[in-house]
Amino acid sequence: MSIWTYANPAKFMATTARAVPILSLLAGACLLGGLAWGFFFTPDDYRQGATVKIIYLHVPSALMAINAWLMMLVASLIWLVRRHHVSALAAKAAAPVGVTMTLIALVTGAVWGSPMWGTYWAWDPRLTSFLILFLFYIGYMALWSAIEDPDTAADLTSVLCLVGSVFAILSRYAVNFWNQGLHQGASLSLDKEENVADVFYYPLLVCIAGFVLLFVALVLARTRTEIRARRLHALQLRERMA
Amino acid sequence: MIRILARDLRLAVRAGGGFGLSLAFFLIVVVLVPFAIGPETARLSPIAPGVLWIGALLACLLSLDRVFALDREDGALDLLATAPVPLEGVALAKAAAHWLTTGLPLSLAAPFLAVLLGLPWPGHPWLCVSLLVGTPALSLIGTFGAGLTVGLKRGGLLLSLLVLPLYVPTLIFGADVARRGAEGLDLGAPLSLLGAVTAGCVALLPFATAAALRVNLR
Repeated sequence: MSIWTYANPAKFMATTARAVPILSLLAGACLLGGLAWGFFFTPDDYRQGATVKIIYLHVPSALMAINAWLMMLVASLIWLVRRHHVSALAAKAAAPVGVTMTLIALVTGAVWGSPMWGTYWAWDPRLTSFLILFLFYIGYMALWSAIEDPDTAADLTSVLCLVGSVFAILSRYAVNFWNQGLHQGASLSLDKEENVADVFYYPLLVCIAGFVLLFVALVLARTRTEIRARRLHALQLRERMA
Repeated sequence: MIRILARDLRLAVRAGGGFGLSLAFFLIVVVLVPFAIGPETARLSPIAPGVLWIGALLACLLSLDRVFALDREDGALDLLATAPVPLEGVALAKAAAHWLTTGLPLSLAAPFLAVLLGLPWPGHPWLCVSLLVGTPALSLIGTFGAGLTVGLKRGGLLLSLLVLPLYVPTLIFGADVARRGAEGLDLGAPLSLLGAVTAGCVALLPFATAAALRVNLR
């Protein structure tokens, strides 16, 4: 049994019908638990005060914003190489979730930046590259909605996703070159030295797990919707032919 | 490929080709800026390289929707696709024709328009160099966007939405070369990076454009 079994829409629908409720419950539990732990049972930071707690929304959403694009890239590649429709629909389904994550990261960052940096927005490399990522998502979604034929749309958006990924990475390093940063370094890394303190670290991990589960659940649910819409469309066509 | 290039150039230069339009657009953008910002040279000259780059970028964008659309309408694109030239070559020739009719004239005109904005002297040649090195990338990226949207009825606005985010690295490096040139700073790093962006675009984007065209011609 390989992963390609799920390229069969019927098999995919049957499996995800069972998986989505479980994943949603787990995501809800992790998010509720992690956020409650983070908001009420961790101390205030000695310099940032209570504003530090926005990290439990900001970091996981930023992480998922980038990983959603990565997932779209992989799904697009699978579509281009192996022509599995479920893969193309999953990429389509992930884009609105990814753009929402990007928006959450940008807005929570602005809300935090206002008391801490004294400004909602600064042209910092990290902030700027997220704004550019946001634009990429919008362009990708606009291309999906502009093309009527679903296979053509899947092909063209996949090509755009591939080219866009290259340029997104290029932009990321170009803005680094362009302006010095105000944003702090990585909050999470395998290199322990620069991480956040342990009291914040563990609830943050729970929140990240919650966001990952939420993303997977949302993408699967949206892919199911897309498959149903596709089936409905096929039925309507058949009706009209008859 | 050479013939496609020559044909596109002839079409552009003859009546209705819109050869001078992007130059005129560039001029108007540059003339409008002082009205919005104010006429003081002290205020205009620091922003001159950036304004000229933005103007050139928008002027490039303006003529993109005709790169493939006209050929698509009269069926020439189908013939080009079945011609014994690889579609990647067609894409490259189209981009080259677009650059020769917009990027090159814009680059050559920019130093003269820079006078209007009070760009300090050593900036003029460097502005020209940065545009000469950077605008081929703009043309190639734009051709890719045009290839993606060629099948759409009202693709113009979508084309800008798709292409403009892709312009970010080119704009950053290009405007940085022009700015450093104007301030007399060392500009080796941004200039080589700008060249790298253009070289990468030349090497890779024709394949993406051809892939998009094949899908659209299906």
